Amino acid sequence: MLKVRIVPCLDFAGGRVVKGIKFQGLRDAGDPVQRAAAYQDQGADELVMLDVSATVEDRRNAAETIAAVREVLCIPLTVGGGVRAIDDAQRLLDAGADKVSVNTAAVERSELLAEMNERFGAQCTILAIDAARRDHDKGWEVVVRSGRERTGRDAVAWAVEAERLGCGEILLTSWDRDGTRSGYDTQLLRAVAGAVGVPIIASGGADSAEHMAEAAGAGADALLAASIFHDGDTTVEDVKRYLLGRGLPMRQTWSDAREDLPQ
Amino acid sequence: MTGLAVHVLATGSANLASVFAGLRRAGAEPILAEDVSQVASARAVMLPGVGSFGAAMDRLGSLGLVAALRQRIDAGRPTFAICLGLQILFEASEESPGVRGLGVIPGRIGRFEVKLRVPQLGWNSVRADDGCELLTDGEAYFANSFRCTEQPAGWNAAVTDHGGPFISGIERGPVLACQFHPELSDQWGLGLMRRWVQRASVEVAAC
Repeated sequence: MLKVRIVPCLDFAGGRVVKGIKFQGLRDAGDPVQRAAAYQDQGADELVMLDVSATVEDRRNAAETIAAVREVLCIPLTVGGGVRAIDDAQRLLDAGADKVSVNTAAVERSELLAEMNERFGAQCTILAIDAARRDHDKGWEVVVRSGRERTGRDAVAWAVEAERLGCGEILLTSWDRDGTRSGYDTQLLRAVAGAVGVPIIASGGADSAEHMAEAAGAGADALLAASIFHDGDTTVEDVKRYLLGRGLPMRQTWSDAREDLPQ
Repeated sequence: MTGLAVHVLATGSANLASVFAGLRRAGAEPILAEDVSQVASARAVMLPGVGSFGAAMDRLGSLGLVAALRQRIDAGRPTFAICLGLQILFEASEESPGVRGLGVIPGRIGRFEVKLRVPQLGWNSVRADDGCELLTDGEAYFANSFRCTEQPAGWNAAVTDHGGPFISGIERGPVLACQFHPELSDQWGLGLMRRWVQRASVEVAAC
């Protein structure tokens, strides 16, 4: 049986981990290699790294950051941010990514997903969708350019089309919840997970292991979080112990000997 | 002692950086294999596989490597195939109808049932049979839409369940093939790679 994955996310720019609220107001959150190694040691099942560089100069350094992380990482690594064309994806794979996520570029030119599928396979072709709630309970629309631009496109319909074009996984971020620590948008998760057959990584709003259990219950296959791990409020292992206790299938990376210790 | 030289075959756009990093961690010295003679004569070969069955076989065919690979596997020379690398050992796959695989093992590869999450992306349990020397029980990272469901005769095997059992690993002496990605399977995957490198080193020393 497949395990539910816990996926810490590192936003990075200029060789540093950064974190902001609703993609704005970035602040420094450490060294990417140290962070990646620490999360791996805590039992992370996978790592996502998103390049949020604002400048072309910073973006040029992305491959170096990825290569440095790869040297210490023996779990899967998804990289995204600023991928415009298949050559960008190839550069990230050459540097050490296992999967590449695309967002704005795929909205503007959906054939990019088909091209990536053809060249790298579905398992490497990840679509990131940033979804914002519409007024009057009319579903969600896709936002692009780090949330600055609403597209009018329905998020669920876009997920279905992306699967048809060959994407193998969807990184689904609630733009309303991102960085707010108010819980994942479980209605959004339920809507997308029910409409497609590819796995869904839930993102945006996690503040606790309880939030993660809710997202898994809504159909998420993997649970992404940044703030709660970066700020040291909890560890990946703590989250996994809790979710295992809730009956969710988890990859257990700690030794059973520790079960004897007081909780 | 320097590490075992492992020739890594570029079958397309595989995640070669991860494979190289994994081999280095396992104590080997990965080398990108560029021509046929290297693969035929190399002491140890890794066949990483990402992409489609048809594209991988096209590439092996255009490089003239089909016979060389078949011979080294039949002869039991140290070879490690990953993911699609396992699938192309078989005769055919539902993924690319009409394309012939290496055919080292009888049988064909089929797709997971549609009611499941496909691709299978994530960690799943591996159970190795008692005769396995390299494969052990553990949890591995998978990224596949197709799989083999029949145990190949003459090989020891490991089994995993995703909507029913499928073959997640096979081994015969120093020839090892995994449907999962050992280079992405944390300490358990690293342990498997180390055992293969050690096993291959013994084989090489005996040559």
